[in-house]
Amino acid sequence: MSVPATATLPAPEALEQGSSLGHDAWLRLRKNQLAVFGLVCLAVVAVLCLVGPWLLPYGYEEQKLELGASPPGAMHWLGTDTLGRDLLVRLLYGGRISLGVGLAATFVALTIGVVYGAVAGFFGGKLDAVLMRIVDIMYSLPFPIFVILLMVFFGKNIILLFVAIGAVEWLTMARIVRSQVMAVKRMEFIEAARALGFGKRRIIFRHILPNILGPIIVYTTLTIPAVMLLEAFLSFLGLGVQPPMSSWGVLIKDGAEKMEEFSWLLVFPAALFSLTLFSLNFLGDGLRDALDVRSSKD
Amino acid sequence: MFRFITSRLLQSLLALFLVITATFFMIRFVPGGPFTAEKAVTPEILRNLEAHYGLDRPLWRQYLDYLLSLGRGDLGPSFKYPNRTVNEIIGDKLPVSAELGALALAFALVIGITLGTLAAVYRNTWIDYVASTFGMMGISIPTFVVGPLLVLGLAIHLGWFNASGWYGPPDRVLPAIVLGFAYAAPVSRLTRGGMLEILGQDFIRTARAKGASELRIITRHALRGGLLPVVSFLGPAVAGILTGSFVIETIFQIPGIGREFVNSAFNRDYTLVLGTVILYAVLIMALNLVVDIVQAWMNPKVRLEE
Repeated sequence: MSVPATATLPAPEALEQGSSLGHDAWLRLRKNQLAVFGLVCLAVVAVLCLVGPWLLPYGYEEQKLELGASPPGAMHWLGTDTLGRDLLVRLLYGGRISLGVGLAATFVALTIGVVYGAVAGFFGGKLDAVLMRIVDIMYSLPFPIFVILLMVFFGKNIILLFVAIGAVEWLTMARIVRSQVMAVKRMEFIEAARALGFGKRRIIFRHILPNILGPIIVYTTLTIPAVMLLEAFLSFLGLGVQPPMSSWGVLIKDGAEKMEEFSWLLVFPAALFSLTLFSLNFLGDGLRDALDVRSSKD
Repeated sequence: MFRFITSRLLQSLLALFLVITATFFMIRFVPGGPFTAEKAVTPEILRNLEAHYGLDRPLWRQYLDYLLSLGRGDLGPSFKYPNRTVNEIIGDKLPVSAELGALALAFALVIGITLGTLAAVYRNTWIDYVASTFGMMGISIPTFVVGPLLVLGLAIHLGWFNASGWYGPPDRVLPAIVLGFAYAAPVSRLTRGGMLEILGQDFIRTARAKGASELRIITRHALRGGLLPVVSFLGPAVAGILTGSFVIETIFQIPGIGREFVNSAFNRDYTLVLGTVILYAVLIMALNLVVDIVQAWMNPKVRLEE
């Protein structure tokens, strides 16, 4: 468990036991410098967003109107916005929201997509045809437009925000899981499980899904940045998180409105948001190479 | 082929019907109506207004009326712009967005295909790395970050362009680049992948053995097959460019249909919301169909399924 102890172990190849898929993948991932860079950046950003706001002596809605917008300095490291609110604190709080929405909405998409795809792929036949035709039809709908309408009409509600986003993003996951399940279900160990008289649910969740975790992990890592983009896109249009709360999309929107005079209000949120998305994409790409997944590209 | 097209058309019609129905009832169950924002509306005037637009009738009746007039191609009057029909508003604003979208797509394709092809031909050289870095940037830096930053640098500090507006040709440059940038990146990745696969095949070796020049091999032999992944990406790309233009039109103050859509939703302008949603749905479905047909034409190996 502890980090220093592993350093004293003999090299993995020297061990007699076979190495698991996860261990192999980790070794390959470690060689990919960009992916490791992404992983480290993400960890730093996540820890800062979680812990940072407690360490800083300002609240996210604490205004100092007499100060107004001040450039980065000793008191406020990243400066303040036009209401005199500390930008660093708002950035970190915004990160909690952006990352939280990213994770929560991805979890919604993951759950729907995996169950839907697994059922379609496992049972096949007419059920599969109907389920996948529904996915085809939903693919052709202008979903971002529906999300915008939902947010305009029922907005100001963060739960709705990630349910709406999650409901959009599950389609591709369902397709990937379905094709993987169809490939795995013909294998002998599934036949063996059937011969042992296991129930269908048990076969799907205990025998098939663990064997297709690779593509699911890869696609999940790539869904998180897509979801964060959608959240920021909505916030940029004024439809996402409502003031005085902040998210990276809200901060970028505010910064873009005031960039002529107070450019730091745009530059810092934009940089942190882009860095996070870069890291997630690098990590996703690295995982794809490490887990050697061919079909996860579409 | 004919059966494929008819079945896809039927499927699209069904999807369109679902879109219209869902949107129609969704906006009616929302609190607030098109006239609630105006302050000085007495109950009598409100009743008159609702009667004028048929909003006092039962909901199912309004729905049928709407479908009937839609069948005649009439999207109804706008509730917020007096004396203007939704058809007129779309006729005014769509050409602007269409021009922006076409320019952005052209930019994305030219840059993406050039970079992707170069990256495939000069695989694992610095050209390849530059192209893949560019690709990662396009995927990770959203348009609403690129847009304001470019405006800050090129328009405000250097003064090369206007920061906003849609008057002369120079005003087209920044919006088209920003909107196209996000799609140039996936296009270059897909081109690289497709070209790498094609360049490794036998018929390319044959062409080389016959002494065809490298340029001719790429343009005449490899590109047609190598661009297949790009073609299948065009459907989602165009849909993305359409919705992406909401942001671009907001940043650059462009009088296009995207901004009109977002505003109409805020204004509860029922008919204009429905009209724009139908417009987007039809555009996206039609483009997807065209993409499928072009794909089949380019590659006989793609079997058209029903």
